Amino acid sequence: MDLNLTMLAQAIAFFIFFWFSKKYVWPPLLSAIAERQSKIAEGLNAAEAGKRSLVEAEAKNESAMKEARERSQAMFSDGERRANQLIEQAKLTAKAEADRILAAAQEQIQLELNKAKSGLREQVAQLAVAGAEKILKREINAAAHAEMLAELKAQL
Amino acid sequence: MASGTETTATSYITHHLTYNKMEIGGLGTIHIDTLVTSVVLGFIAFGFLWWVIRGATSGVPDKRQAFVELALDFIADQARNTFAHGDVNKFVAPLALSVFVFVIMMNAMAFMPIDIFGWAMEHAFHQHEWRGVPTADVNTTFAMALSVWFLMLYFSVAVKGIGGWMHELFCSPFGSKFWAWPLNLLFNIVEYVSKPLSHSLRLFGNMYAGEIIFLLLGMWAATGIVGTIAGAVLGAGWSIFHILIVALQAYIFMMLTIVYINMAHEHH
Repeated sequence: MDLNLTMLAQAIAFFIFFWFSKKYVWPPLLSAIAERQSKIAEGLNAAEAGKRSLVEAEAKNESAMKEARERSQAMFSDGERRANQLIEQAKLTAKAEADRILAAAQEQIQLELNKAKSGLREQVAQLAVAGAEKILKREINAAAHAEMLAELKAQL
Repeated sequence: MASGTETTATSYITHHLTYNKMEIGGLGTIHIDTLVTSVVLGFIAFGFLWWVIRGATSGVPDKRQAFVELALDFIADQARNTFAHGDVNKFVAPLALSVFVFVIMMNAMAFMPIDIFGWAMEHAFHQHEWRGVPTADVNTTFAMALSVWFLMLYFSVAVKGIGGWMHELFCSPFGSKFWAWPLNLLFNIVEYVSKPLSHSLRLFGNMYAGEIIFLLLGMWAATGIVGTIAGAVLGAGWSIFHILIVALQAYIFMMLTIVYINMAHEHH
C-alpha cells in the first residue's frame, strides 16, 4: 500500500468530472428523455382518440348505409306502385279512347247506312215510279198520283 | 519492458507493479501513470457523453444516443430504486453516473494487454514504468471512496443538522439510554471507518488481483511454446471473465455510493 498525494489529485479529478456530469451531462439528457416521454404520451393519446373517432365514424357510416338502404327500398316500391298506377291509367285511357273511336265508327256507319238507305229508297221510289209510269204510261197521271207515290215511298 | 538486464520472474512482476512516480517538492509523491491514465479516461468518457448529449434530440434517437440513454437510464433506475429521499436527479443520479462511468473506464484498462501497453508507453512516450489500471492503485479507490465518504458526512450534517447527527452518533442503533452512549459511538465509529475501507478495498482488491493474474499468465507465456499457448488461452479466458468483474465492480461501487448517500439522509 502506497498512499500518497495521488489520492488527493484523484479526488480532485473525480470531483471535476462529477461536477461536469452534474452540470452538462445529466440535465440535458434528462430533459430530452422527459420531452420524448411527453411526446410519446401525446402520440398514444392521439392514437386512442383516433381509434375512438374511427369507431364513431363506423357507427355513423353504418346508420347512413342503413338509412340509404331503407330509402332506396322505399323509392323502389314507390316507383313500382307508380308504374302500376300509370299502366292502369294508360289502360283506362286506351279503353276509353277505343270505346270513343268505336262509338264514332258505329255512328259513322249508322250515318252512312241511313244515307245509303235513303238513297236507295229514293232510287227504289224512282224506279217504282218509273216502272209504274212505264206500265201505266197512259192512264196514270203522275201528278194525280204523286201523293200516293210519296206515301209509298215513306213506307219503304 | 524490463531494462537491458536479464528478466526474472520477480523483476518482471516488480517492474509491472512499479508506479511512475514524481516527487512534488516537499508535498509528497504522485503517481503520474495513475493520474494521467484516469484523467485521460475521464476526458474520453465524459467528453463522449457530452458530445452525444449536446446533439441529443427528444425525437427519435440515433444508435449513439440510444446507447447513452440506455446506460444513463439504467443508472437513474438504480438511483431511483435505492434513494428514497427526494429528487435523485438533483445530486444522487449524476453522482452515480460519474462514479460508474469513471470506475468502469478505469477498470476496463485491465483489458489492455499489459506487455503491449507497457511497450507502447515506453516507445511512444519514453515512460519506462507505467501501470495502466488506475483502479489497481489504492490511491484511486481511496480517493473515490473518501470522496463519497465526505459527501456522506456532508449530507448527514446538512440533512439532520449537527445536533441531529450527534444524536444519531450517540443514540443509535442501541437506543438513547445513557449507558448505551459509548457503545453507540463505538459502533458508529467502526461503521464510519469500515465503510470507506470496504468500499475502496473491494474495488482495489478485485482489480489488483486481476492484474496479478494477467502478469502470472504473461510470465507463463515466456516459459516456452506450451506456456505461450496455455498463457494465451487462459489469458483470453481470464479476459472474458474479467469483463464481468470490471462491470460488476463498477456497478457495486456505484450502488454502494448510492446506498451510503441514502443512509446519510436517513433519520434515526
